Amino acid sequence: MTEEKDLRGRRAFLKQGGALGGAAALGALLPAAAIGQTGKIRIGLMLPYSGTFAQLGVAIENGIRLAIDEAGGKLGGREVEFVKLDDESDPAKATDNANRLITRDKVDGLVGTVHSGVALAMVRVARETNALLLIPNAGADAATGPLCAPNIFRTSFANGQVGYPMGKVMAERGIKNVVTISWKYAAGEESVAGFKDAFTKGGGKVTKELWLPFPNVEFQPLLTEIASLKPDAVYTFFAGGGAVKFLKDYQAAGLKGKIPLYGAGFLTDGVLDAAGDAAEGIETTLHYADSLDLAKDKTFRLAYAKTFKMQPDVYAVQGYDTGLLLVQAFAKTKGAVDKPALIKAMEGAVIESPRGTWRMSKAHNPIQDLYLRKVVGKENRASGVAVKALDYPPADRCKMPGA
Amino acid sequence: MDLGSFLVQLLNAVQYGLLLFLIASGLTLVFGIMGVINLAHGSFYMIGAYLAWSLAGKIGSFWFALPVGVLLTVALGMLIEWLLIARLYARDHLYQVLLTYGLILAFEELRGMIWGNDVHGIPVPAPFTGSIPLTETLAYPVYRLWISAVVLALAVAMYLLIQRTRLGMMIRAGASNREMVQSLGINIRMLYRFVFAFGVALAAFAGMISAPVSSVFPGMGGQVLIVSFVVVVIGGIGSVKGALVAAILIGLVDTFGKVTTLELGGLRVLPDLAGMAMYLLMAGVLLWRPEGIFGKRL
Repeated sequence: MTEEKDLRGRRAFLKQGGALGGAAALGALLPAAAIGQTGKIRIGLMLPYSGTFAQLGVAIENGIRLAIDEAGGKLGGREVEFVKLDDESDPAKATDNANRLITRDKVDGLVGTVHSGVALAMVRVARETNALLLIPNAGADAATGPLCAPNIFRTSFANGQVGYPMGKVMAERGIKNVVTISWKYAAGEESVAGFKDAFTKGGGKVTKELWLPFPNVEFQPLLTEIASLKPDAVYTFFAGGGAVKFLKDYQAAGLKGKIPLYGAGFLTDGVLDAAGDAAEGIETTLHYADSLDLAKDKTFRLAYAKTFKMQPDVYAVQGYDTGLLLVQAFAKTKGAVDKPALIKAMEGAVIESPRGTWRMSKAHNPIQDLYLRKVVGKENRASGVAVKALDYPPADRCKMPGA
Repeated sequence: MDLGSFLVQLLNAVQYGLLLFLIASGLTLVFGIMGVINLAHGSFYMIGAYLAWSLAGKIGSFWFALPVGVLLTVALGMLIEWLLIARLYARDHLYQVLLTYGLILAFEELRGMIWGNDVHGIPVPAPFTGSIPLTETLAYPVYRLWISAVVLALAVAMYLLIQRTRLGMMIRAGASNREMVQSLGINIRMLYRFVFAFGVALAAFAGMISAPVSSVFPGMGGQVLIVSFVVVVIGGIGSVKGALVAAILIGLVDTFGKVTTLELGGLRVLPDLAGMAMYLLMAGVLLWRPEGIFGKRL
């Protein structure tokens, strides 16, 4: 049985490969101008396909493919060709990689990436070459802040945007004194800054900011300090393995349940199995949550699970929305790679996302609902909307060149 | 900082230092005594952590997973020494760097293929699950204290093995003159294979017993590699005692660097530069004693 299946799989693969090869050969024969309007639309996917973020890269690509497949597998009536490149989450190689996709592979649109350092290098290349860039994850505030440009869009979040709503929620709960703890690097600093902005506006006070050098995970001295400062609550930004260790250390130090812990959503995303009961009851804010009561989310989750045989996460949603944005923009230009028209279409796009409907801010970052979530069992259960249609960091931090 | 918190921070510092010694101890043997630059040391640490996670899951007990994991990694170390490292003793150190860097990449990919790229947690094993309350808000995890005790025992055992036993004498002799030891009729090949495998198993053991507190995740080896080399270099190459002292010094510098506020000329030096503290310590020690604190005079 399995043998037969394998054979069928291989035949299908060969067929696809043949078709691809044929198309590429045909493309080579056609004059370049003709490709511009009638050939395939080339989308560069510069994502991490190896290393720590490999799964995030795959989830984003899956999301993009699903969105385009649901629109008939075409962009504005034209076939799509993906040019994939593993960015290895290595900022040192980022400029060369982005240039390669833009100048050598002549992609019509570039999508990337997860790592903020790599994404900022891509932003610089996009500003120099005027290539269309869609950022499906990296939250560096600058990409849609001081470094914003008409041809650069983000479909995910800005770091400050995820921290801000938690500041508002905690201030509204009457929490007065908070200690923050995070890694001393861009994502941590921006998250804490966003939190602090809303929290102090709401009348709260950050009594101390604790920092660790990235990616140091020896939290014990700082937990001791939290215990002696006795704040009303703690706000934190950690992710991945560091988040798991932080949650466990916080519990082992006897702080859990005594000093409430809040954080940006990455603290409890993708780590719940590893963190076990150390994460139970922790509240975070993010632009996505498990068990959202949205019809669009339910159909998306079903379709994603059926197509890729795995459960979608926030990264898959961001990829899906990147795909939706491409579909909408190219539908407006009827498949023409007319950059000013594409940019105009993306600026006016309304994305019916699994996370809820959103549109682009003036700085080209999503204006979206931020959910308050609570860890219940192995789920980040949405307990409500923390801030509706949040446009943050303020769009005036972005001075659009040429605007 | 009042006396109470100072004492707790002191405990944190010593405890962290002992953990660093545990992580660096395998490297003390392989790099410090055999003179092999093993960049894959962090990978063995990672392999240990993943083994602890997968074996504890399969066997059902962390305590049974430990010896099984140690035996597996001893075998792995023997295999790697026989297959690869043994061919490079006569060559320049650069070849070892290239080879062991290649091993990092290979192990990282293998880890992805075998165990995937997820973050995993291992519950703290009984009977060390509890915490000892120190103040009304702070408690100290018993498991961390247990690790400290294990490390101290290990440090003493290593010191005795290398300084006081016949085996240790042969190892030290082999490190200073390989040919001479061989011509005296000692099977230096087997001896080195054993030492390398022991070093690998120590790294993996460190990964295994710190897994419940550090969790298990891709790239965890890279984080410990540099600090391990710093420990060996500060302590003095070839000295177990030096490594222990160096590790505790780093623990002190790192801990108090993080929690002290220090301003120099209006610029906040600490804790902003706490990440550099360890390297400043290393630079200072090397200026004072280029051979490390307990190293032999060069």
